[in-house]
Amino acid sequence: MAYVAPAPAEVEEVELYHAHSFITKYVFSQDAKVIAIQYSSVAIAIGVVGLVLSSLMRLQLGFPESFSLIDPAQYYQFITMHGMIMVVYLLTALFLGGFGNYLIPLMVGARDMVFPYVNMMSFWIYLFAVLLLVASFFVPGGPTGAGWTLYPPQAILPGTPGSGGGIILMLVSLVFFIIGFTMGGLNYVVTVLQARTRGMTLMRMPLTIWGIFIATVLALLAFPALFVGGVMLLLDKVLQTSFFMPVILSLGEQLEYGGGSPILFQHLFWFFGHPEVYIVALPAFGVVSDLISVHSRRNIFGYRMMVWALVAIGGISFIVWAHHMYVSGMNPWFGFFFATTTLIIAIPTALKVYNWVLTLWKGNIRFTIPMLFALGFIVTFTNGGITGLFLGNVAIDVPLSDTMFVVAHFHMVMGVAPLMVIFGAIYHWFPLMSGRMMDETLGKIHFWVTFLGAYLIFLPMHYLGFLGVPRRYFEMGETNFIPASAQSLSAFITVVTVIVGVAQIVFFYNLFKSMKSGEIAEKNPWKAASLEWQTPDQPPGHGNFGAELPVVYRWAYAYGVPGAKEDFVPQNLHPDEVGEAGAHEASEE
Amino acid sequence: MFVAVMLVLVTVGTVLFHLLSPWYFTPIASNWSAMDTTIDITFWVTGAVFVAVIFFTAYCAYKYKYDANRRSEYEPENKKLEAWLITLTTLGVIVMLAPGLFAWNEFVTVPKGAAKVEVFAKQWGWAYRFPGADGVLGKSGVKLISDNNPFGIDPKDPKGQDDILINDSEMHLPLNKPVHLLFRSVDVLHNFFVPQFRAKMDIIPGTVTYYWFTPTRTGSFDALCFELCGTGHYNMRGKVVVEEEDAFKAWLAKQPTFAKSMAKAGTAAEKGFAKLDSELAKPGNKNSKRVF
Ligand code: HEM
Ligand SMILES: [Cu+2]
Ligand SMILES: [Cu+2]
Repeated sequence: MAYVAPAPAEVEEVELYHAHSFITKYVFSQDAKVIAIQYSSVAIAIGVVGLVLSSLMRLQLGFPESFSLIDPAQYYQFITMHGMIMVVYLLTALFLGGFGNYLIPLMVGARDMVFPYVNMMSFWIYLFAVLLLVASFFVPGGPTGAGWTLYPPQAILPGTPGSGGGIILMLVSLVFFIIGFTMGGLNYVVTVLQARTRGMTLMRMPLTIWGIFIATVLALLAFPALFVGGVMLLLDKVLQTSFFMPVILSLGEQLEYGGGSPILFQHLFWFFGHPEVYIVALPAFGVVSDLISVHSRRNIFGYRMMVWALVAIGGISFIVWAHHMYVSGMNPWFGFFFATTTLIIAIPTALKVYNWVLTLWKGNIRFTIPMLFALGFIVTFTNGGITGLFLGNVAIDVPLSDTMFVVAHFHMVMGVAPLMVIFGAIYHWFPLMSGRMMDETLGKIHFWVTFLGAYLIFLPMHYLGFLGVPRRYFEMGETNFIPASAQSLSAFITVVTVIVGVAQIVFFYNLFKSMKSGEIAEKNPWKAASLEWQTPDQPPGHGNFGAELPVVYRWAYAYGVPGAKEDFVPQNLHPDEVGEAGAHEASEE
Repeated sequence: MFVAVMLVLVTVGTVLFHLLSPWYFTPIASNWSAMDTTIDITFWVTGAVFVAVIFFTAYCAYKYKYDANRRSEYEPENKKLEAWLITLTTLGVIVMLAPGLFAWNEFVTVPKGAAKVEVFAKQWGWAYRFPGADGVLGKSGVKLISDNNPFGIDPKDPKGQDDILINDSEMHLPLNKPVHLLFRSVDVLHNFFVPQFRAKMDIIPGTVTYYWFTPTRTGSFDALCFELCGTGHYNMRGKVVVEEEDAFKAWLAKQPTFAKSMAKAGTAAEKGFAKLDSELAKPGNKNSKRVF
């Protein structure tokens, strides 16, 4: 049966912006791929700062008497900066600004983002926000030590370190981050909705794009809550308004405040903060789906369910925020509602896990480095998701909230698991971005040390939480309920942390060495079916797709199709060239 | 093969660690065993899922290793299997959620006769107030706080005159009597937590929060501040002594009432306390026993 030719393009090709000088090409660039690398570099650089801070914190917790490196005030400043850096400035920026920029145009078959100039602005405003954040380390009083949650009243009162310039810079930096992000985010959404190539229906998009797309929509809806909360807190600090401030006696002195509600801030913060968890998780879900499918040479299992699960999780994530506030003193009757919604969200999430595993089932699995990291993700995400069921179930949260159990839970689920995906993604797309392969042996060392190490850090930490070891404690001191052995466990965790931290040098060495002298990658080295690998050049040039945009005939997961010539069928391969399966495909249209 | 073995080892290691680790809940000393039970149920349900998922992954890693002569099976969807998985997961969720909601319902419903005790938080220490003979706590406010009136009790409210003030980080409670703790903070958020009692609630300036429990074991228990409240947060410790009712009554009888402490106000001793207070407010002070 003859294949029906796709409809002619409805939209004319647009003239791309062409850079003429080094500066417009690589510095003030409007090419999404360059912006992606700029975003990623800044995010990773600030992420390394966050990592170093975590090691200092761990040294304090593991060996409280022997290291006098930091005092309590610094400890609180470090956890705050570490938390904020990791969640917002590293993970959000890297997944959306980095992977989003690089992959969206390539995977939907567009030449670039639809608003290249705004895209460029987005990066520079992000950079400015990062610089403001870093500047807060150098102001008198240092950065804020209010915890990454920045709860008032303490965030702006003198009993907390960095309650002067530190908290102001933090809030202003967040405001700029959100402005920059909004510019980028609108771009990602509009590009996905408007700039897909012919044949790329929404239900043929790779899950990576679905994940990034839904996450961006969430971010565009969630960040405004943080924005207004931040601005109101700034006003409370600078102009002595009382949005969040009741009558207060601070360190023996009556303050001018009165009438505000500290809990109001918590609602605004978590209305942003919970979707934020998914802003980090959904791109990771998407990317890992692609890694698993490509490297196990199998179609993603239950694609439609995977898409609807992403949409469902995204939607429900806006009505679960108060599970972070079960013991905040809000009306306790909210607990019933939020516990129920929170446990409901576990259902689509569990379905995703099942479908990843079922994608491996009956596959043809290559244990490449990206595949190893994807498996690492499955283990850590399953583990972390499970402990989420503990904390979401309101009655269990009462004894466990604000203990090390919480720290272990969110590190496993939104620290380690997304990092597994980020590493896997870097190993996976490095050949596309650089034209070279990364070293396999170094990659394996990096994977096993990081995966096993991270698991050894955070698994036992849950049990410290059961004992009642609090989070955000500079040192435990004397208690009559924590056995001495708990301190040994804490020391063990610190030792592993240092090993895992040092192992990242292997990764960076591999990255830089491979960039310069890695083995040249053959075209489409993983034999992937999605569009980004089908560009005429590898790495793809300006405009991505050469003279003509590709036409898409099928979904991105045609692996192992019976009757096809190879074990994968690229999305843009004309049905006539697929082999026997092509005719079958055409008749199904 | 190697990968499959590692996955199995990680799973088995996790389970063994859970079973053999010496680190777990401190033995409970309150009526909230329903929380512990819910946790046990959740462990069973989620533990089974964890083991099943990772073992299955290991099985796939072992069975479906790459072979150039083989193709994966092309099966985009299996609605029946997905429906089964969703149903089973939903059942699992219900099994965990139901006991949790029952426990929570009990937790937020304070029994009628529970004895009221106020826990008073301030950067960085605790104090307590018992309602006295009338069983009612007098009105109070942050604006009324002064050196002479550290709790900010309204001197004009007759119900406050007999309130018993515990200007110390240690308080006593009678065994097997439900208590209704009412929390008040003068400055920032705090949280009063005794791990053995399981109950926990933030303390918010401008509002009164609460929880209730029944102590079921005598002993002396550490209370910790569980909400970041500034530099001295990790040092904000208290103590709860649970004892037989007679011993408790004897202890309570020795404590001053508000009326008595006001009468004493202005003496040299009070000035001494004020000085001590400002010293203790310094971060890093490890001996913050007496706060006011
Ligand atoms: C090996 C890597 C890491 C180590 C060893 C580590 C360690 C720590 C430690 C010791 C704390 C303080 C716990 C406390 O006393 O409350 C902490 C807090 C935190 N970490 Fe990490 N961390 C790591 C990676 C990450 C990543 C990737 C994220 C991203 C989600 C993250 C997010 C946070 C957050 C949000 C906090 C809470 C900060 C707060 O309490 O205000 N961490 N981390
Ligand atoms: Cu949440
Ligand atoms: Cu505290």
